Amino acid sequence: MLLKLAWRNIWRNRHRSLITMSAIGSAVLLAIVTVSLQQGVFDNLVKNLVSLYTGYVQVHGKGYWEEQTLENSFSINDTVCQTVLQTPGVRHITLRLESFALASSGDKTRGCLVVGIDPVAEDTITHLSSKISAGRMLQPTDEAALVAQGLTAKLGLQLADTLVLLTQGYFGSTAAMKVVIGGVLHFGSPELNDRIAYVPLALAQHWLDAAGRATSLVVGLERAQNLPAVAGALKKAMPGDLETLTWKEMMPEITQHIEADTAGMYIMLGVLYLVISFGIFSTLLMMLAERQREFGMLNALGMPLHAIARVVFAETIFLTLCGCLLGIALSYPVVWYLTRHPIELGGDMADIYERFGFEAIFPAIIKAKIFTDQAITVLLIGLLLAVYPIIRVLRLKAVEAMRK
Amino acid sequence: MDAVIDAHNISKVYNPDTIPVYAVNNVHLHLNRGDFAALVGPSGSGKTTLLNIIGGLDIPSDGWVEINGVNITGLPPNRLIDFRLHNIGFVFQAFNLIPVLTARENVEFIMLLQKRPKKEREARVRELLTAVGLEDKMDIRPAQLSGGQQQRVAVARALASKPQFVLADEPTANLDSQSATALLDIMEKLNREAGMTFLFSTHDRRVIDRARRVSTLVDGRVTKDEPGTTPSTTA
Repeated sequence: MLLKLAWRNIWRNRHRSLITMSAIGSAVLLAIVTVSLQQGVFDNLVKNLVSLYTGYVQVHGKGYWEEQTLENSFSINDTVCQTVLQTPGVRHITLRLESFALASSGDKTRGCLVVGIDPVAEDTITHLSSKISAGRMLQPTDEAALVAQGLTAKLGLQLADTLVLLTQGYFGSTAAMKVVIGGVLHFGSPELNDRIAYVPLALAQHWLDAAGRATSLVVGLERAQNLPAVAGALKKAMPGDLETLTWKEMMPEITQHIEADTAGMYIMLGVLYLVISFGIFSTLLMMLAERQREFGMLNALGMPLHAIARVVFAETIFLTLCGCLLGIALSYPVVWYLTRHPIELGGDMADIYERFGFEAIFPAIIKAKIFTDQAITVLLIGLLLAVYPIIRVLRLKAVEAMRK
Repeated sequence: MDAVIDAHNISKVYNPDTIPVYAVNNVHLHLNRGDFAALVGPSGSGKTTLLNIIGGLDIPSDGWVEINGVNITGLPPNRLIDFRLHNIGFVFQAFNLIPVLTARENVEFIMLLQKRPKKEREARVRELLTAVGLEDKMDIRPAQLSGGQQQRVAVARALASKPQFVLADEPTANLDSQSATALLDIMEKLNREAGMTFLFSTHDRRVIDRARRVSTLVDGRVTKDEPGTTPSTTA
């Protein structure tokens, strides 16, 4: 009966309750869409920069990540490769031999990163073939390169043109080679799109005079959530001359950006919820003021104050819960739409994003946790706001209340 | 006779430390089971204050109240609420019913607080609403009932808890003549047939004419009693 009473009391002033619920619903809608968009952007960032290039975990020669030179490369060892592959949560591995080089064509020269890869293994982790906009995927024995679109444009090259690569080999001698552009790659990340070229691993080892060597062993995971467990296991299992780094350790600036942006978003949501809290609170105060006589009458009849307080508490919870459910119901289709039709940024904003190496799009993500987190937050606000009316009810004096 | 209410030396003083104002001044009141009594007097004479004290809603500055031999003045607040729930029925002048509950639910509400079994509640609700002539209005909310009908539901609710007596504070004040008469007929019938004790606070002539005991209050003192009442003031 108390719950029935509370539920009906909400609808005594239908307009006021609906306005309050709408305000709560709007806040929840805004919060869910904001968080979904932000997490979607971060997931996209991770997908672009992590999944597409670094992988979730890499094994290097000790000190390679600090000083990325061939001197810090390591000798490819089957035992190490097998140990990594057999670690629970690991799906694929691939070896890379990376070197910064000058890419040249005619009178144009650009700095670039040349990556020697096992085309088949690389494709299982980074799905490189899906980024080919012209030409075909490399074969292990090819003497050709896959070159990023931005780099080909800067060098004025096209598919099947010849590219000259110049750098220093493993033993310090000059290493130069000519390769045909077998395929052109398009990356969402401008950072990759403007400066990367892939060649088969054997060709890179030959070019750099680094037979049997690699600079990194990239680990593909069964699920991204496996990252902490896999990284922990590999850190323990790898010999002392190798180091294991997660993408977060390799690119701390990305983690910092995510953390800073998340903190900023939570501050904004905090302000939003503060404003909504005042709305809910004013409704509760009005309800409390209007019903003093009624509370007094109920107490006079023999209803204990704690029972009246329970009714008031239930009303607050119903009010916030309804607003919350309204917000979730409204936000789901919006988020669903945004997952399929990401917001595309334009103008200066797009430039800023691209400068940081992000795709200039805002895709949303649907995660149950985003919805439940907002529901819990609003309910906690409701619980907190209910404290004051409850205290007022518990201090009520029937005679004084009925005189009001 | 069997005493239901025994109010001893009741005083209620406001501003005792500055300029004391006596709302009730040294009043004795003794009510027997089956009485149909009225406290009368002009506005501000202390009727409602005395009624509130007898009903355990207010605490006297002096004196004490016994209901069926239980001194309720000394009861702690929670026990007092429970005592009211099981022993006293109230009918107020206005804002009497819970607006979001139907007539049936309003009457049943008290019995729910008493944790009575469902079957008993349903039977008693029907019996009481029939007794007040509202058996066809059970599922209607107060806003759809007339003032007189609302007060009849309030009477049914007051009796739902099977109280020792009913306190009615100006029950006819907001009613037209016909509704007031109908309400008084019902209460008089309940008094006569079921032996329910009623104590009214009123200045309505229609109530005074029907009361079998009338105590007149002026400036917080009982100045007059109709025959059959216990002597009421020592001042």
